[in-house]
Amino acid sequence: MTTQTPAKLDQAFIDALSTKANEPDWFHKLRLDALEKYNALPMPKPDKTKIDKWDFVSFKNHTAPGKVFNSIDELPDDVKNLIEVDNVKNLYVQYDQTAAYLKVSDELKEQGVIFTDLLTAVKEHGELVQKYFMTKAVKVDEDKLTAFHAALVNGGVFLYIPKNVEVNEPIQSVFIHTDADAPLINHVLIVADDNSSVTYVENYLSLDVKGNGVANIITEVVANTNAKINFGAVDTLAEGLTTYVNRRGYIGKDSHVEWALGMMNDGNTIFDNTTLLMGDGSVGNTKTVTVGTGKQTQNFTTKVVHFGRSSEGFILNHGVVKDQATTIFNGIGKIEHKASKSNAQQESRLLMLDKNARGDANPILLIDEDDVMAGHAASVGRVDPIQLYYLMSRGIPRKEAERLVIHGFLAPVVTQLPIEGVKRQLTEVIERKIM
Amino acid sequence: MTKSTLTIKDLHVQIEDKEILKGVNLEVKAGEFHAVMGPNGAGKSTLASAIMGHPKYEVTKGSITMDGEDVLEMEVDERARAGLFLAMQYPSEISGVTNSDFLRSAINAHRGEGNEIPLMQFIKKLDKTMQHLDMDLNMAQRYVNEGFSGGEKKRNEILQLMMLEPKIAILDEIDSGLDIDALKVVAKGINSMRSEDFGCLIITHYQRLLNYITPDYVHVMMDGKIVKSGGPELALRLEAEGYDWIRKELGIEEDETVEVE
Repeated sequence: MTTQTPAKLDQAFIDALSTKANEPDWFHKLRLDALEKYNALPMPKPDKTKIDKWDFVSFKNHTAPGKVFNSIDELPDDVKNLIEVDNVKNLYVQYDQTAAYLKVSDELKEQGVIFTDLLTAVKEHGELVQKYFMTKAVKVDEDKLTAFHAALVNGGVFLYIPKNVEVNEPIQSVFIHTDADAPLINHVLIVADDNSSVTYVENYLSLDVKGNGVANIITEVVANTNAKINFGAVDTLAEGLTTYVNRRGYIGKDSHVEWALGMMNDGNTIFDNTTLLMGDGSVGNTKTVTVGTGKQTQNFTTKVVHFGRSSEGFILNHGVVKDQATTIFNGIGKIEHKASKSNAQQESRLLMLDKNARGDANPILLIDEDDVMAGHAASVGRVDPIQLYYLMSRGIPRKEAERLVIHGFLAPVVTQLPIEGVKRQLTEVIERKIM
Repeated sequence: MTKSTLTIKDLHVQIEDKEILKGVNLEVKAGEFHAVMGPNGAGKSTLASAIMGHPKYEVTKGSITMDGEDVLEMEVDERARAGLFLAMQYPSEISGVTNSDFLRSAINAHRGEGNEIPLMQFIKKLDKTMQHLDMDLNMAQRYVNEGFSGGEKKRNEILQLMMLEPKIAILDEIDSGLDIDALKVVAKGINSMRSEDFGCLIITHYQRLLNYITPDYVHVMMDGKIVKSGGPELALRLEAEGYDWIRKELGIEEDETVEVE
């Protein structure tokens, strides 16, 4: 429960912040419309977790003072550990709500790729942003929190890959969070136009955060025709933060999205990852791993909706739960009418390490078409004693054997992250959380 | 120097209230290869599992000592570090853990903190051993036993045996599911371990393996006990004549229970 005095959310507030930031009219109007919807719409209702008492909206200041870095050298060590310091090509760093550092390689610029902070993009690439910002993937009026987001978004990134461009080096963002008094209302908009491909990795990193706060993160990944997007993320937001994160894919004909998500927040989190397979032959492959600790409650809804024919969706959720934490996996494979020859597969598994930890894996298949394939697997259990026996029979002590099994269990995401620094960080965070 | 010795005295073992081992007596010394044969349900695998400390088996009577130390008082990992190794009949799959990391963790567990094996030394030894066993070097990066065929799993057990260099190894039906070529490679690996410092208890259903690994002693298990012991010629006689003659000789009724693995 937050003890801050919430800022008053009204038209005047929006007018002030939009004007101060010199935002174009269309964006100012978008915010005002969203505010109305925020007041009218209900909260989202994640399955199996009651969030009526959770505070997702109170904050003291809209933005924190922030910081700017003039060189890689000035970046905090925690950020340097995530990047290849000697070989940075494409990197965006945000300090709370301030765009702090941006490097875009010449190669990327020559290819016409746009990679910049969202609020700059709104001004400098207005037409493109207006076309895709909350128009296809996530809509403003879905619920109270999507509307809240649109009304108050205060940070984020826009990445646009033009037709036929294949980006070879991964593109990286690090969102540093230090100030709980200001909400992290962050929007990542990635658009891969026809025949393009890109790999993008982001970190949400709380550094020495004290007190309670809120985060509302929406990521839209839009792939037009025959485009490929590899999306990796590691979230490590602090315990005091109540977080709503919604990452959604809107995937066109013959396009492909791969999600590798290491969800390691320490606070209560509602997490929604939906892939809309709009086009025929589209593919969505989602891997999520998480470790629940302390008293945190995390609710994950991972959904793939098949609209296109011969579309393929794969969901893998692996979670470890300890202490008195609660983790819920809701896996939904939905095949709409006419999406014939589609394939919806999902696997949700939870490893329970402590008696008082709670876990639930709910697989759901909603199928409205005959000529399709679908399957699911769900399990909640302890570490397999026979696996431990096997490892121990080679001389490995019990605790170490458990450690190996757990790291192996979470490996699907760790091995898929394309940047060594981020892989290493995720492994370290897992190690810290399971100790 | 006294040789490492595994001593089993009057061992009674049950699983879910059913007694499988009814007083097993056996001694295996370093430098000796012992074969244990017997019909299905005799308790051969149970013996192997009980020695290693499989959680499902309960020792109700008797003792197991390794160089005088009480094995039954030890946790599974302590038994391994005391010098025991079990090549399992159904090795577990450990997703997400590479064979290489697993082996290195095991070797370091044996060597102790502060004495870890240098990486290059480990890689050299691993490559050499894998080549000796005709294993594709890529296997090292695959996850432990995941997607391995039966034969590959058994070869992986022998790889671990050769990398860990135990004092006494128990091989639980290492030949089951192997074709002749795989069998020869596995036997080659085991034979290369022969030394004054290594003893082996080979549990097998068929004589075939013993064509490639000559045992010093052969024991026959029936109805939870070792009923007959002899030299290699005993195995040949069993292959030719089956177990009935032993039953008659000792006046044992044929047991109708189904083997519990």
